[in-house]
Amino acid sequence: MINYFNPNNTLKIINKIQKFVFALFIIVLLLGLVEALVLSPEDYKQSDSVRIMYVHVPSAWISLGIFSFISILSFGVFVFKNKNFSLITKSLAPSGFVFSIIALVTGSIWGKPTWGTWWAWDARITSMLLLSIFYLLFITSWKITTDTTKAEKVSSIIAIIGLINIPVIKFSVEWWNTLHQPASVKILEETTIHSSMLTPLAIMTAAFALFSLLIFLMKYNTELLKIKNKGLNRL
Amino acid sequence: MISELLNMNGYGVYVWSSFIFTLFSFSFLYAVVKLNLIKEKKKFEENYKSLDEKKLASAAKQKTYREILANTSTSKV
Repeated sequence: MINYFNPNNTLKIINKIQKFVFALFIIVLLLGLVEALVLSPEDYKQSDSVRIMYVHVPSAWISLGIFSFISILSFGVFVFKNKNFSLITKSLAPSGFVFSIIALVTGSIWGKPTWGTWWAWDARITSMLLLSIFYLLFITSWKITTDTTKAEKVSSIIAIIGLINIPVIKFSVEWWNTLHQPASVKILEETTIHSSMLTPLAIMTAAFALFSLLIFLMKYNTELLKIKNKGLNRL
Repeated sequence: MISELLNMNGYGVYVWSSFIFTLFSFSFLYAVVKLNLIKEKKKFEENYKSLDEKKLASAAKQKTYREILANTSTSKV
């Protein structure tokens, strides 16, 4: 089992599944766009502006999910001293960062017709901005630190500290009075969103998850090539 | 029908700009990551070609190097 996580094996797997993931992403995205922009109904309160939800919510979910995963693997970097973990976190960060920016920008665009303002220093929005800053710090730590071991440590510390922000983002709408509405899709309780809106939301989430997988595979492949390039120089 | 889709009850500018921004971000990230991948593959090919016979034989024995070369432009030509 552990052999599957060996970079030598993963390189072979990555090259095989990359094209398949890309094709699947395009199909699911097109289906999601038709559902989100044409087939799904308008909201009785927010009218057609509710369609922004289909890009805003999946982006927020995936950026949160990726950062949580990065943080957990960062613990692994310290505990197991596994170099592959830091390669995975480094390859996941770019798509997580872009998704956090998409969540912020589309949230801001949605805020104008709904709340009458582009931005508010609301608990949810501010904590989401903090998440983007943590992503930026994580990516920058790899860019500016030339020593790989030092970069691994610094980036892992940033990810572990950033983990504190994740429950703050999740529960900010319950802990404080915020402009942002509470969660409509819940795991443990009944979801308050109608199935006609839940379907496009699920399809768009799947499309975004496939995109982040595609970017991860390409980035991970690049990182492995960098290592192999160094290996060739040492032969 | 099309004007309705574009206008979206007056919210068209907000909805379309959100979707366009998202798709533009996807394209930008994909292009950047893809270009970096191509750059590294080219660099690998150049490094591999510049090896002397002894090093080339040693590298050719390794499974990973063979796997990388199988996915580069040179090997396909």
